[in-house]
Amino acid sequence: MSGLRILVPVKRVIDYAVKPRVNRAQTAVETASVKHSMNPFDELSIEEAVRLRERKLPVEEIVAFTAGPPKAQDILRTAMAMGADKGIHVQLDEKDASQQLEPLGVAKLLKKVVQEQKSNLVILGKQSIDDDAGQTGQMLAGLLDWPQATQASKVDIEGDVVTVTREVDGGVETLKTKLPMVITTDLRLNEPRYASLPNIMKAKKKPLEKKTLRDYEEKFGARLKTIKVTEPPPRKGGVKVEDVDGMISKLKELGAL
Amino acid sequence: MATSFRFAASLRRASQSPRPAPCLSRFRSTVQVRWTGSTSATSEPHQPVEKGIGKGGAAPAKVIKFTSEAYPELQRNSRFAKLTQEHVDYFQNLLGAESAIIDGLSKDASEDIEPFNSDWMRKYRGHAQLVLKPQSTDEVSKILKYCNDNLLAVVPQGGNTGLVGGSVPVFDEIVINLQKMNNIRSFDEVSGILVADAGVILEVADNFLAERRHIFPLDLGAKGSCQIGGNVATNAGGLRLLRYGSLHGNVLGIEVVLPDGTIVDDLSKLRKNNTGYDIKQLFIGGEGTIGIITGISILCPQRSPAINVAYFGLESYEKCQEAFKEAKNQLSEILSAFELMDGRTQKLINRATGKKLPLEGEHPFFCLIETSGSNTDHDNEKLQSFLEHVMETSIVSDGVLAQDQTQIQELWSCREGIPECLGHWGGVYKYDLSLPISDMYDLVNDVRDRLMKAGLVGDEDFHPVVDVVGYGHMGDANLHLNVPTRRYDKEVEKQLEPFVYEWVQMKNGSISAEHGLGIAKKPFIGYSRSDTMIRLMKQIKDLYDPNGIMNPYKYI
Repeated sequence: MSGLRILVPVKRVIDYAVKPRVNRAQTAVETASVKHSMNPFDELSIEEAVRLRERKLPVEEIVAFTAGPPKAQDILRTAMAMGADKGIHVQLDEKDASQQLEPLGVAKLLKKVVQEQKSNLVILGKQSIDDDAGQTGQMLAGLLDWPQATQASKVDIEGDVVTVTREVDGGVETLKTKLPMVITTDLRLNEPRYASLPNIMKAKKKPLEKKTLRDYEEKFGARLKTIKVTEPPPRKGGVKVEDVDGMISKLKELGAL
Repeated sequence: MATSFRFAASLRRASQSPRPAPCLSRFRSTVQVRWTGSTSATSEPHQPVEKGIGKGGAAPAKVIKFTSEAYPELQRNSRFAKLTQEHVDYFQNLLGAESAIIDGLSKDASEDIEPFNSDWMRKYRGHAQLVLKPQSTDEVSKILKYCNDNLLAVVPQGGNTGLVGGSVPVFDEIVINLQKMNNIRSFDEVSGILVADAGVILEVADNFLAERRHIFPLDLGAKGSCQIGGNVATNAGGLRLLRYGSLHGNVLGIEVVLPDGTIVDDLSKLRKNNTGYDIKQLFIGGEGTIGIITGISILCPQRSPAINVAYFGLESYEKCQEAFKEAKNQLSEILSAFELMDGRTQKLINRATGKKLPLEGEHPFFCLIETSGSNTDHDNEKLQSFLEHVMETSIVSDGVLAQDQTQIQELWSCREGIPECLGHWGGVYKYDLSLPISDMYDLVNDVRDRLMKAGLVGDEDFHPVVDVVGYGHMGDANLHLNVPTRRYDKEVEKQLEPFVYEWVQMKNGSISAEHGLGIAKKPFIGYSRSDTMIRLMKQIKDLYDPNGIMNPYKYI
């Protein structure tokens, strides 16, 4: 069989340990001066690609791809420190409405990249934790007319036959198909590694291509408009009671007794 | 465990679930969280009720020995009155609410009192029959006056997370617990000065400040349980000392009640005040022997939005020192922590929890570096050039840099999780020492050799000692020498003491850098303080507490 050419799209999102806050105008989540990092599902994708190589599978190249603001470069460097061979950064101007990407736009863009890079396996996170759309992988598979296995918890490749295990309600489901294909990752797939210092240094020397949307002839613009973003209602505080009698009378008051 | 939580965390975010975090015992908000929420990654003291962390192996005995039995040389001071029903009635009347008093005299309340009688290390246990939980400074004043007049001995108690048995009674002293005094009184966003009751939990104070972009200048593993009054009374050091300095500098004022009931209101909010003796300093680190702190005013710095954490493996202690020198040199003002851990501690964490370590391969030493600053780009640039330098010059053999908040927490858990993991086999002999930085680790080697020679260390059940390990705040020249054991054993004690103390004395170190004296270190103060110093201290004790009712049998 031919070698594996793996494309791993990654996204820079607000760090998942940071509590997101809605901006004053209630149009979006506040992103300025908030810690960002790689979408955790994408970390799993990179890790899986690197592990395929470590399992001595004929991995020719692992390409990490991102579309985002200039800062998104940081996560490409992280991806390369984890083991990707090169990075492609499509720089987006966040203020330009025609550059606002929705899942379909991303999928169209990825299709172009797949063709350009001659990828035969795309591993992506099943969703990004900021938009929670969970659509890109499926749309990409549709556009490419490739088989797809979503929410993978285990991936085995032998020759050009791929076996993917996915967790479903109350059990697991095992799928089998042939390359080329699209896989989306789920939490139990693996445990992403730390970026080690020597690899961080090496990653600095790995190639990083910079592009813009204009390099890909296609319409990517957004079709949806966000009307309003609101936080969930705050949790009501509890009441302290002095003693058992106090608690009982309070419960009676609330009609619980 | 840590990893499953990590996934759970991302999953939770992914589904935007409004449910509270599955964090078992604590609630954490927003940024700068170091707690990974798994049982495997906590640190230092927990709630006193959370005893017996041993999972399999030699679990600790169910019952803690009474301090009075373990140390028969301690005798109850017969001058102190015995608790009577009349006393209890007085307090009941004074405090009113039933929940403010645990009365073990007129009824059997041993189960309720137990957590107040014993420490989290399971080393000390007293016979107190009465616990009082005053709600105001005024109540504390009335309690102390009554106790002083009636010669009732007392033990002031905060979160009871101390490591030297200072916050639990020895005999039948009355426990005065400040948990009900937990209001934040004021915070000035311009000056950064916080005024709060003594019973406010450190983490609560820090979260309160985090919302206002400030930070409590003290951080330690027990933050979820310990109280700021207790922190001040014991002059706790912790993880941020390197950056923000000691409480002696940050505490601007205190409110304290003297044994005779006098309320000393010195809640100064001034940074400068050169008018007379600085009396408050006597109470900072006074361990409740001359008064009870009921409120503090403290200077809190601006919280740094940009935090980075790196974790290194190094081949020798000399390399650790070089790395520290370089870190000070190149990271200068953004360096906020430089922690040392020997390879043995990291292996024990792995053995106790099964947690995967961040670095593959064995290294005799590990260091954790934290930087915090106001500008991510600026910090990154500095950190990158520092990391490149230490890698290229082979000062460090390997290392990782946290890429996100969760990795920051996981790396911190390799340091903060040590104390709890060491308790896994039963008990730990803990020494908290200040030493010249160049000789710091020699002590660990010397003690290990000594115990090896005595045939006390090994993997078999009949060996009392599991290992001899060292870790600590390299930045503050503060070593934690720990001897995890399967049981507390007199033979081990004989080998350790006074050997350790003599060693420290020889190097002009301190036998207690940040843990205090309590009951554990009281007999050994002479190794670090001259007779003259001890005499002066005793004069102060006699001056403020002539009847000696405050936290007796401890300190000096």
